[in-house]
Amino acid sequence: MRMLINVPETVVADALRGMAAAHPELTVDIENRVVVRRDAPVAGKVGLVSGGGSGHEPLHGGFVGRGMLSAACPGEVFTSPVPDQLVRAAAAVDSGEGVLFVVKNYTGDVLNFEMAAELAEEEGVRIAKVLVNDDVAVTDSLYTAGRRGTGATLFVEKIAGAAADEGAPLERIEAIGRQVNESSRSFGVALSACTTPAKGSPTFDLPPGELELGIGIHGEPGRERRRMMTSHEIADFAVDAVLDDLRPRGPVLVLVNGMGATPLLELYGFGAEVHRVLAERRVPVARTLVGNYVTSLDMAGASVTFCQVNEELLRLWDAPVNTPALRWGC
Amino acid sequence: MLGAEFFHRWMIACGSAVDREADRLTELDSAIGDADHGINMRRGFAAVTDALEKEPPATPGGVLMLAGRQLISTVGGASGPLYGTLLRRAGKALGDAGEVTREQLAEALNAGVAAVAQLGGAAAGDKTMLDALLPAAEALGESFTAAREAAEAGALATVPLLARKGRASYLGERSVGHEDPGAASSSLLIAALAEVAG
Repeated sequence: MRMLINVPETVVADALRGMAAAHPELTVDIENRVVVRRDAPVAGKVGLVSGGGSGHEPLHGGFVGRGMLSAACPGEVFTSPVPDQLVRAAAAVDSGEGVLFVVKNYTGDVLNFEMAAELAEEEGVRIAKVLVNDDVAVTDSLYTAGRRGTGATLFVEKIAGAAADEGAPLERIEAIGRQVNESSRSFGVALSACTTPAKGSPTFDLPPGELELGIGIHGEPGRERRRMMTSHEIADFAVDAVLDDLRPRGPVLVLVNGMGATPLLELYGFGAEVHRVLAERRVPVARTLVGNYVTSLDMAGASVTFCQVNEELLRLWDAPVNTPALRWGC
Repeated sequence: MLGAEFFHRWMIACGSAVDREADRLTELDSAIGDADHGINMRRGFAAVTDALEKEPPATPGGVLMLAGRQLISTVGGASGPLYGTLLRRAGKALGDAGEVTREQLAEALNAGVAAVAQLGGAAAGDKTMLDALLPAAEALGESFTAAREAAEAGALATVPLLARKGRASYLGERSVGHEDPGAASSSLLIAALAEVAG
């Protein structure tokens, strides 16, 4: 497998050096692995901190900036950040109004954010948490760790970030974040496995002519394998999987997300099919975002995420945002 | 009696074992997880080795606490907090005694394992590191060799299990038929203990 890297051990640090070079509006602490908006802490504003394993770019570092995250902590590839990073980030963005942690539901993320919250609170920073768990491919039951957090992370970070920019208090932003998560569901498919730099070969073996349904964002196989389908058929399957669970009674935000190695030509085509199915199911679409936002290294495939919105959530979605990967209204 | 120096050597032996077996751990993890367990554990124990050399603690408890703190600060993922908590809690249980008996270590290890179970919300049979650690801590009351054998048997016994915790649980039925990487690495740590005890 050919990869554009030096050695696996420095992949994350090398990427952060490049990010620092490309985005002078961010403070990139390469040694401690914290990406912070340069004007932090913003007086009177709640800080928003997220993080998770690297390999999902632009998530989360690409979402740091006005109207979204205050700071992001990249972990090793597919490995959650450690508490030290998160505590440092919280301290860097706290203006005295408190900090919201946006956490994806993976055991590692949950444990490290929990430890960090305790430590940060000991240092006098008020912390609230929103857990993102939107993936309908994983059923919630007493016997599992619950649903995975995937595409809805972008919705939570954007909408909660807009509320923070407006000066909403911590408890309110936490409530909005939870509301967005509860109103969002995702489903993903893989057309190829991904290759982690540490392993150097695909994380699972997907024979030609087959696809994985219900994949997560860590190169783990999905729930089921089937013969390859057309974009039309995949959209039917994925949209129905989400709608069976979400059952929206109003307009939805649509995220058609690439897993990293699927070209925009295919993603837009898939987005058209997603719109077709939504029209057939009589679900009105408020806004649509198509692109690579919550990726899984070089995995081919796509996920769809819907978020049922009311007027307030839609207004916050439309509010100005200026980050490396998401920018509008300013 | 086991002094700080014994615990120091145990942690170094853990580092060598994890280093030696990193590829196997990653291979196990790629079957049901995300293919990084080996590299993460290697990074963690390299930090443990460094820290112990820089500021060697004077007590067995001190060694385990320092090692645990290093793992939490460097491993990430679920393994960092879980292994870090295992060692920190065991170290705490040993207090500031200058030397401890094998029975005291067994007790401390049991306390550490209980903390891991609480933190991860897992129980025996969930296909996690606990499936190696629970029987090992129990058997350590008997002998070091019994602990090693119990850990190895516990790790192997995870193969036919259905994962209920952690990332492997997202695979459901497809997690069956693979050894749990966390149980495998736990077994390595107990084997290192038996090795150092001779």
